[in-house]
Amino acid sequence: MVIKVSELPEEEMILPGTRLCSGCGIQLAYRWALKALGPKTIITNPASCSTVCGGVGGYTPLKVPAFYCCFETVAANAAGAAAALKAKGQDKDVVVLAWAGDGGTYDIGIQGLSGASERGDNFIFACVNNQAYMNTGIQRSGATPYGATTTTTPILGKQQLNKNMRKIMEAHGLSYIAQTAASHPRDIYEKFKKAREFNGKGVRYIEILGTCPPGWGFPTDQSVHMARLAVETGYWPLLERIEGKLIISQPSKRYLDKSKRKDIREFLKGQSRFRHLKEEDIKIWENYIDAQWDEIREELHKQGDI
Amino acid sequence: MVRTEQDIKLEKKVSQTILASQQTPAVGEAGHTGEWRTKRPILHTEKCLVVKTGKLTCNLCWLYCPENTVSRSIPPKFNYDYCKGCGICATECPAHAIEMISEKEAPSCEGNEGGN
Repeated sequence: MVIKVSELPEEEMILPGTRLCSGCGIQLAYRWALKALGPKTIITNPASCSTVCGGVGGYTPLKVPAFYCCFETVAANAAGAAAALKAKGQDKDVVVLAWAGDGGTYDIGIQGLSGASERGDNFIFACVNNQAYMNTGIQRSGATPYGATTTTTPILGKQQLNKNMRKIMEAHGLSYIAQTAASHPRDIYEKFKKAREFNGKGVRYIEILGTCPPGWGFPTDQSVHMARLAVETGYWPLLERIEGKLIISQPSKRYLDKSKRKDIREFLKGQSRFRHLKEEDIKIWENYIDAQWDEIREELHKQGDI
Repeated sequence: MVRTEQDIKLEKKVSQTILASQQTPAVGEAGHTGEWRTKRPILHTEKCLVVKTGKLTCNLCWLYCPENTVSRSIPPKFNYDYCKGCGICATECPAHAIEMISEKEAPSCEGNEGGN
């Protein structure tokens, strides 16, 4: 059940006037994630776009304490903060949030995250995925989808499919795994609330699709629309896995039926990074989406949900 | 406890040291980000669903604003000092009550003194 807009809290954790780009999908996700977790949160943040939100010099727009660390140590830092809270007996009311980009999760931070998941350290790991190293100038990452041009894959675009991080985390047997998008702030809010309830049950992994107007190549006012198209075309299903059980979230439920999904061309044509895609490339995209949903349907069938 | 002059001196010194070593939350950390804007959002109150119904039920402009510059009130108000003019509110408004007009035609931004 999706929460009503009137029931959402008023208190903001990010003050206006940040250094992030105009129309940033990450900022929208950050705002709602912190609103859900509340003031008693400690953030650890590696080098990413969100670091820009931390501010320069003596001032910051964030109302909660944040620790800025190296790329590869975000999960290790969060584990340390969680261990310190446990030693002080404050782990019940203070939550640790590791807020990393896709570089800090898929590529550089994966060893720390994998280690922390295996040890069962008590924190929430949020991967805000904008599908390339946007902060350093749009370089290819493990999360960049097939065919997307970046500054390091300039002409043909990336020739490989993206990594399936969700499956890697599922293989770790985490208590709570969720996937959400910047176009659904209420979904983000609910999933972070739920992740907080799983306090003391190891790492909780949430992946958010964050749109990037300069990196993806679309006008700033389309930021939310693009993330929504990713959901509506079935490319980015909103789902959660609670104690191993797969649940499709309300906004994505109808896309189990293939005829209800929008054409993926709508999503691809709106962005300049996919401008050069040919018909056979779009076939690869369609097959990727179909295979993804077939797998989901099979699993739901096994669970006896459909 | 009544503070003596010495206490106040010490407190000031301590607070200065803390200030130098940690960050304090502040509005407008990057200066007046409203200056980045080329188009500004204008609300047509006669179309706005919140004004029409008199209830805080829609508020999608408040929900989707990344910069947190739209208020949840009747009618919704924009914080033009920090609004970066991305135009998400105008795209997402179900009643098309928000229009993006060129900054040239709009009256100039108040308190336009530049960044920090």
